[in-house]
Amino acid sequence: MLSKKVKTRIFFLSLSVLVLIAVIFFILKSLEENVVYFFSPSEIYNKTNISFNKKIRVGGLVKINSINKKDSSINFIITDLKKEIIVTYKGLVPNLFSEGKGVVAEGKLKDRKYFIADKILAKHDENYMPPEVSKALEKSDN
Amino acid sequence: MFKNFFPNKILSITYTKINGLVSLLIAVLVVGLIYSLIISPPDYIQGDSVRIMYVHVPSSFLALGCFGFIGVASILNLIFKIKFMPLLSKSLAPAGCIFAIISIITGSLWGKPTWGIWWVWDARLTSMLILLIFYIAYILTWKLVKSFEKANKISSIIGIVGLLNIPVIKYSVDWWNTLHQPSSITLTSAPTIHYTMLIPLLIMFLGMLIYTLIIFLMQYKIEVIKFKLKKKKYLK
Repeated sequence: MLSKKVKTRIFFLSLSVLVLIAVIFFILKSLEENVVYFFSPSEIYNKTNISFNKKIRVGGLVKINSINKKDSSINFIITDLKKEIIVTYKGLVPNLFSEGKGVVAEGKLKDRKYFIADKILAKHDENYMPPEVSKALEKSDN
Repeated sequence: MFKNFFPNKILSITYTKINGLVSLLIAVLVVGLIYSLIISPPDYIQGDSVRIMYVHVPSSFLALGCFGFIGVASILNLIFKIKFMPLLSKSLAPAGCIFAIISIITGSLWGKPTWGIWWVWDARLTSMLILLIFYIAYILTWKLVKSFEKANKISSIIGIVGLLNIPVIKYSVDWWNTLHQPSSITLTSAPTIHYTMLIPLLIMFLGMLIYTLIIFLMQYKIEVIKFKLKKKKYLK
């Protein structure tokens, strides 16, 4: 069947690939803090080594009925349905920013419940549908 | 089926056959583009910018698929030393590279109106950029390294290391928090795209698949002829 030469090649190749996978795994694991694009409110709540002067990103859903606009500043609550963070921001928000939708805020934590953002990004979810379908879905929900 | 890839068989694929494929490509693309740009509905939040998806998703998928093939062919090439394996993957690389570029460009065109930013360094976008770098490295190896044997070895190693990046791209949206949304079409559950949008997406995918096939066949034929000519030179 397989010659001895081929067998040794298979052995060495799979060995080096396994080593490579392990190396990549450990690199990604140790860099996890940097690989994740944002933290959820619960993750911030449970985080032990939290820094208040470093820029971080918080992501989750904009809580329904929480957006409060005053002059040029805007306040709202990011929730992951377990924990919440109050966000305050000055400036323009993206068009897709709205209540009940995903959001990522970049800025600094004041404390574990209060966040001052200097950039707001809207996060889109994996659902795509025409407006009529979305309206029909909303109707059947109510 | 596998026999058709043997170098001598490819030479029997004449330009009339490729022209047939080209007319099929034009037909599918015309239907797909009309369907996706005009007939299909706008999205309930994104509006008309959802139409970028009909180009973005198939090209990302093909960019991953082509490199997946290159990676597997590289493994077979290193282990079994099959002569036509490097020619196969070498001919698939340009199409895949183009799709990776298209995917990144259309993605950032979509990101600006949707997220509010052109580019972010989240896991999905970064790993996709790494894939593009692997494509470029792979193609450059064949272009710059003069000896066939050497280029073959280096490019195969690039192919295998790059193959490990493919599952990272695929599952990046599940493993880490990313700005990029998770997959809408999965094997395990029903797609979260409404069928009026799924159909044009599939047609566009078919069109781009045919395009890849055409470019691949043309390139592969050239590579086989070049390889045979080179061998002749050595024998003289």
